[in-house]
Amino acid sequence: MAKLDIGPPDYRKNLPPVITKNYGQWKYHDYVKPGVLRHVAKSGDVLYSIRAGSPRLVSIDFIRDICDLADTYCNGYLRFTSRHNIEFLTDDASMVEPLIEACEAKGLPIGGTGASLSNIVHTQGWVHCHTPATDASGIVKAVMDDLFEYFKTDDLPARLRVAMACCLNMCGAVHCSDIAILGVHRTVPVIDHDIIRKGTEIPTLVASCPTGAIRPDPKNKSVVIKDENCMYCGNCYTMSPGMQIMDPENDGIAILVGGKVSNARTVPMFSRLVIPFLPNNPPRWPETVEAVRNIVETWVRHARKGERVGEWIERIGWERFFTLANIPFSDKCIDDYIFSRETFRTSATFKY
Amino acid sequence: MAEDRKTPQLDELEKGPWPSFVKEMKRAAEKNPAAGDLLGLMERSYEDKTGHWKHGGIVGVRGYGGGVIGRYTDLPEEYPHLKEFHTMRVNQPSGWFYTTDSLREICDIWEKHGSGLTNFHGSTGDIILLGMKTEELQPTFDELSEAGYDLGGSGSDLRSPSCCVGPARCEYACYDTLDMCYDLTNEFQDELHRPMWPYKFKIKMSGCANDCVAAIARADCSVIGTWRDTISIDQEEVKKYAESGMNIQRVVCDKCPPRALEYDAEKQELTVIPEDCTRCMHCINMMPKAIQPGKEKGATILLGGKSTIVKSAFMSWVIVPFMKMEPPYDEFKDLIRRIWDWWDENGKTRERLGELVYRVGMTRFLKEVGLPAVPQMVFRPRANPYVFWQPEDFEAHK
Repeated sequence: MAKLDIGPPDYRKNLPPVITKNYGQWKYHDYVKPGVLRHVAKSGDVLYSIRAGSPRLVSIDFIRDICDLADTYCNGYLRFTSRHNIEFLTDDASMVEPLIEACEAKGLPIGGTGASLSNIVHTQGWVHCHTPATDASGIVKAVMDDLFEYFKTDDLPARLRVAMACCLNMCGAVHCSDIAILGVHRTVPVIDHDIIRKGTEIPTLVASCPTGAIRPDPKNKSVVIKDENCMYCGNCYTMSPGMQIMDPENDGIAILVGGKVSNARTVPMFSRLVIPFLPNNPPRWPETVEAVRNIVETWVRHARKGERVGEWIERIGWERFFTLANIPFSDKCIDDYIFSRETFRTSATFKY
Repeated sequence: MAEDRKTPQLDELEKGPWPSFVKEMKRAAEKNPAAGDLLGLMERSYEDKTGHWKHGGIVGVRGYGGGVIGRYTDLPEEYPHLKEFHTMRVNQPSGWFYTTDSLREICDIWEKHGSGLTNFHGSTGDIILLGMKTEELQPTFDELSEAGYDLGGSGSDLRSPSCCVGPARCEYACYDTLDMCYDLTNEFQDELHRPMWPYKFKIKMSGCANDCVAAIARADCSVIGTWRDTISIDQEEVKKYAESGMNIQRVVCDKCPPRALEYDAEKQELTVIPEDCTRCMHCINMMPKAIQPGKEKGATILLGGKSTIVKSAFMSWVIVPFMKMEPPYDEFKDLIRRIWDWWDENGKTRERLGELVYRVGMTRFLKEVGLPAVPQMVFRPRANPYVFWQPEDFEAHK
C-alpha cells in the first residue's frame, strides 16, 4: 500500500555535481551554437546544456534511449524544459560534439535555443481527450516538419513560441503565444435528453453557460439551448456528457498571433485571432501548415532584429499586418465577447 | 498484432525530420496490446475527424481524490484494450531534473502496469502515464510510491506547482524557484491530493521577469522574481560588448521601455536612472556579462491568470509588488491560505480565482484578504467615479 502525501522526489538528488557545486552562483551564459548553451559559474566551472527536440508523446523505450545517451555522455544527468525539450547536461566540453552526433543519429534534432523556434507545447487531441475539436500531436508534427529549419538555426528576429490546443478549454494555454494553433467548435451542442435526465445536475449545467444560452426545461426534465447565444465554448459538455459539442463536419482550427509572456521590453500580451477557421484536414493539415509558415515568413521578412511577433505587429499596426501577410480581415476577427471595447480603435489614426 | 493493423494516415506522420509520435506509438505497440489498439483508434479518429473518448469517468487510488483521469473509449468492441485507458499524473521533481536511474525506474514500473506511453511532460508539468486499466491504478501507485514518487493534482484541487530552472542553472534567478516549488508542494499535499475547491488552482514560479514557465499566463498565482534596488553595471564588461561590435545604444538603450539607460559612446559607459527602471530584464538579457539584477531580491506576486474558458483568458495582475522569498516562505503561505479561504467562501462552481475577483471587484478582494491598495496594482486608475463607498469612508472624511 502506497504511502500517502510523500510529495515529489527531492530535486537536489537529481542535480549533476557541477550544478550542486555552483547552485545560485552562475555568472553568465552564452550560446555556443544552435541547441547548445554554455553557463559559466563564478568559480570558473562550465556547464553545457545540449537541447534536443522531443515529440512529447513518447514510449518508455524512447526514455530509455535518452537515458543511454545521458549515461554515455553526461554521467547520467538530464532534464526537460517547460516546452518539452530534452536537455543533456555535462561539464565536459569534449562530450558536446559526440553527443550531438549521437542524438542526430537517433533522430533527435538539436536546436531550439535563442532566436529560434522552440518545441510546440501542445495538448492531447484525439490521443486522449474527450472534448477535442482537432488532433494535437499530428498538427504539431506537420508544422514542426515544415518549420524544421527554424528549430535548427537561431537567426530569427527573436524567439518564436508556437503552441497548440485542441479545443477552447486550452489546457495547453496557447493564449499568450507568438503563434497559437487552436481547435475550435463552431456548432451548438447536440442535446441527449436521456443522458441529461439520467445524471446531470440541471442548475449546475445551466450556470455553466457563460452567455446564459442554456435554460432549464422542467417539463422535459432537461434543458434547451438558445442557439443564437451559444459561442461553442464547450463548458457545458464538461458539466454533462449530454451536451455533445464535437462536430466532425464543422470543427476545425483557428490561428491567433502576437502573444508573449516575457516582460522584456514590452508587457506580456495575448495572442489575437487573425484566421478564424481552417479545415480539419488530417493527416498533415496542409492549410494550417501553410498559414503558420506564411505568418513566420512575413515576420522574418519585415520585423526588426529583436522584435517578437507581437512587438513587430504592434509597431507596424494590425491593419498593416493583415496587408503584409495577405490574410483577409474578417468580421470574426472583431471581438464581440465580454472584453471587446478595449480592442476597438478609439482614435482617428491608422494606416491603409 | 501491431503489424497487421493498417494505419495509412498515421504512417504519413512517420515521415519528415521532426521526431514522430507515431513511431513512438508503434514502439509501444510492439510490447503492449493497448498501445496497439490506440494506434487503431487514432487512425479511426483521423478518418472520422472526431475523438473517440467518452466523457470523463471517476476513478482513483485509495486516499486521494485526484491524480487520475478516467478514460473509456466509445468503441470498446473494436478496441477492447481501450475499454479502460486511464491517465495517471505523477508529480515531477522541481525543474524537471532527473538522473537516468530515476527515469529508468519509472519506465520499468510503467512497462509492467500500463501502455508504455507517456508524456514528458503534461502541460501543467506532471509526468503523464498514458493508458492503464482500472485494476492497475492502485498497484502502479503503490510501486511509484515505493520508488519515491507521488501523484500530481487533477480536478478541483491544487495542481502540481511548477517552476523554471532557477538558480540551478540561471544567473537571472532572483529567488530559489526549485526550493520554493518543492517546499510549497510538500506543504500543500492535502490541497494537491484531495479536491475541495470551486475549481482548479495553479501556482507557478519564475525566477525573473522573462517568465520561462509562463506563470503570468498560466497560473492563478504567479510568483515572478524581481528586485527592489537597482541593477548593477560592470563598466569593464560594457566596454567589451562595445568592442565586440554591439550597438549598445540601439540594441539596449533604445529598447529600454522607460528609457532608463544612458550610453556614452565615447567613454563606452552605460548608466542607469534607478528610479525609472521597471526591471523588465531586457538589458540583462542583452548584456548578461555586464548587467546584473539588484541585490535586494524577492518576487512579485500576481494573481488570476488562466486560459480562455470561461470568461476569456486572463493574465495575472499584481497583488504584492515585492515580497522576500526565503524559506520557510511563511508570509507567502499565510497569504495564499487567506486567498484560498476567500475563494472557497465566495466562488461559484468552476469559477477560477481571477474570474471571481473580476466578478466581485478588486476592492472587495483586497479588503477581505487584507492587502493594501498600491499604485503598482494597476496600469492606470479607473476612468469613472462609481466607487462603492463604505460606512468607514464617511467616518474618515468627517
